[in-house]
Amino acid sequence: MKSLTKRLDKESKKLYTIKCFFYSERSTIVGKIETKDIRNAETTKVITLSLENQYSCYQCGKCSAGCPSAPFMDLLPNQVMRLLQFGNVKRILETNTPFACCSCFVCSSRCPKGIDVAAIMESLRQVSLRAKKDDFELKDVNPEELEKAPPILLVGTFRKLTS
Amino acid sequence: MEKVKYYPGCTIKTTAQHFEISAIAVLGKLGIELDELKRWTCCGTVYSLTSDDIIHQLAPVRNLLRVKEEGGSEVVTLCSMCYNTLKRANLLVKKDIEKKDKIKDFMYKEIVKYDGEVKVIHLLELLKRIGFDRLKEQTKISLSGLKIATYYGCMLLRPEEAAIDDIEEPTIFEDVINLTGAETVKFPYKNECCGSYQTLRRPDIVIERTRTIVNSARNAGADLIALSCPLCAYNLEAKQEDVAEKYFGFKKMPIVYFTQLLALAFGYDESGTRFDLNIVSPTEKMEEKGFLVKGKV
Repeated sequence: MKSLTKRLDKESKKLYTIKCFFYSERSTIVGKIETKDIRNAETTKVITLSLENQYSCYQCGKCSAGCPSAPFMDLLPNQVMRLLQFGNVKRILETNTPFACCSCFVCSSRCPKGIDVAAIMESLRQVSLRAKKDDFELKDVNPEELEKAPPILLVGTFRKLTS
Repeated sequence: MEKVKYYPGCTIKTTAQHFEISAIAVLGKLGIELDELKRWTCCGTVYSLTSDDIIHQLAPVRNLLRVKEEGGSEVVTLCSMCYNTLKRANLLVKKDIEKKDKIKDFMYKEIVKYDGEVKVIHLLELLKRIGFDRLKEQTKISLSGLKIATYYGCMLLRPEEAAIDDIEEPTIFEDVINLTGAETVKFPYKNECCGSYQTLRRPDIVIERTRTIVNSARNAGADLIALSCPLCAYNLEAKQEDVAEKYFGFKKMPIVYFTQLLALAFGYDESGTRFDLNIVSPTEKMEEKGFLVKGKV
């Protein structure tokens, strides 16, 4: 047994020295890694509207786990955050996710990084709404239901889903 | 009688009249009069989350300014959504000096200037402040035998800056209901969203949420659900019809405002409780449990 551990020690030392050699050599050869700024006008718009930093998201998925609308969303909230980090607002706005959000603030209150995800969803809605794309029209609603509906429902719907 | 400034909001005056009637009745017994603001407008229902959208903060701030104008230092709301909007707008005025100045510029014609002096409280907080002993004294009929699911909804608890109690495990609602002698059940959906303003655009979301919440409460053994938000009340009451249509065997459950239960416990008859205005009537359940006499309205 003792001889075995000794042998393993020796081998790992070998490995270690080889690794060190490999990395040191590589770093001298490759030099600086090139980077590209993937931010664009649309993501900057979302950041200025929400005043939140989507780059601090580390994909724990707590927002999607608590979201009451998650089963009805094309993209889950954490996937939206990931796409935002890559600057792909166009892809997000092709889905129903921002408009399926109920603004219940579960995501914002549970985020370990303190990101107000609900505010980001609202900003995404606003980007779409300000391009004059309403998500809701009164004529689609059953008139009987309109009569029964409480005022807060109508005001809330118009505030959130129309420009 | 002690007077407290009161902001009703539009829904309290239309589809949630029974909430106001019962709240006034309950507070009357506790020696508190709700002094309604002489001038008020809609608060905007939802708090505006985008940074450049300051114009939508004007409605709640203007209502708070009216409170100051009438000499009040705090304002009580019944509606959870009004509470959340007013409270967050008030915090914005207090915290963000730049935005506060902009809001003031918009309201340059107002004589009184507003700097966030008014305190916004919900009826549950007011009841807690009055003291549970005094509530217990007034209880004439013990509601023992009745099992109640206390549904907080979102707007009383989230975000944390506007919460009336612990954000994930609140107890204030249960504490108030337990004073009537009724038993509160522990159910996992008590602070989960009902679907909110999606009712008109995406009824499918609200139907699923209603089914989940009502079934969860029933599985916990509850006879009815008590809540304080008129939008939750509408969603959970009106959508039960659609749920029953979609899912065979779904049984409806009465939804009441917590003040109606308190009014019943304080010995009020139909004039104070107004169970006739509920969409899913709780009268049958109450008669079964012996708190209401059958045939007497």
